[in-house]
Amino acid sequence: MQIDALSRRLIDRFQHGMPLCAEPYRAMAEALDCSEAEVLACLEALEHGGGLSRVGPVFEHSRAGASTLVALAVPEARLESVAALINSYPEVNHNYLREHRYNLWFVVTGPDQAHVEALLARIEAETGLTPLDLPMRAAYRIDLGFPIGDAP
Amino acid sequence: MTALLDDLQTLQLRRLLEAGLPLVARPYQLLAERIGASEEAVLDQVRRWNDSGLFRRMGLVIKHRALGFRANAMLVMDIPDEIVDAVGQRLGRAAGINLCYQRPRRLPDWPYNLFCMVHGREREQVCQLIAALLAEQGLSDVPHQLLFSTRAFKQCGGRYAPPAMPVAAHG
Repeated sequence: MQIDALSRRLIDRFQHGMPLCAEPYRAMAEALDCSEAEVLACLEALEHGGGLSRVGPVFEHSRAGASTLVALAVPEARLESVAALINSYPEVNHNYLREHRYNLWFVVTGPDQAHVEALLARIEAETGLTPLDLPMRAAYRIDLGFPIGDAP
Repeated sequence: MTALLDDLQTLQLRRLLEAGLPLVARPYQLLAERIGASEEAVLDQVRRWNDSGLFRRMGLVIKHRALGFRANAMLVMDIPDEIVDAVGQRLGRAAGINLCYQRPRRLPDWPYNLFCMVHGREREQVCQLIAALLAEQGLSDVPHQLLFSTRAFKQCGGRYAPPAMPVAAHG
């Protein structure tokens, strides 16, 4: 999607943090010297265009519950149906196709470890594929977003 | 004196926050109405969570693919256990690395224990960046693979709060 100058400024300024107050969009508008209506219209357009996932907190998964990175080696012919099944679990986010024998990569989150393990067992039972369970052991850099100033 | 949220309201609020703030002038007021609480109590709870480190960050969460960053590579490496922390810390500081985690090997299927994410607009640019980075860090000979993503089936935030918590209908 094409993004305009205000979208770029909003993303670069408020990816890492945003005002935590009753009227956050008004506070963002004041910081960028535009109107609250412009900020809201811009965020709505970004959301409709598929460029904005949401506005709000990204949870620290070590504090928020349990999570793990999972990979499945899915035969090409079953890819669409297995990907759709994986997508259907609310515990799954970031489900990607990658170029590897292990071609389906997704993150499973849940309130605790037992919940995550139960879902992995269910995935194995429902797909007949053994998931590669790759929980985080140490984080050296966490995803804090990145500047999009030169995005097309 | 602000009324505190009860346990059920606290859980409901967490679940609502995982889906993001509504795009309205007073988003916390709207969330408060949905869980039968006051705007002030909701804001207080969100501030407490923010101060306690429950949030990694709070702000705009973008979908990089839709914004033109279509070349997304996961670089995976097999680094000896004795030096994986040191290498991870160095790579974590390197420009262009968006994320750097240590994860367990799963032998014999999966020999890699260090994962980095690199985003770019063009595949070639990402390959060059990674080759330069590995050379600069003296890691060119380390067993590694680049797994480009070719499709995003799903991209949303994590759902940590227990499911099936009743939440009042919107509006």
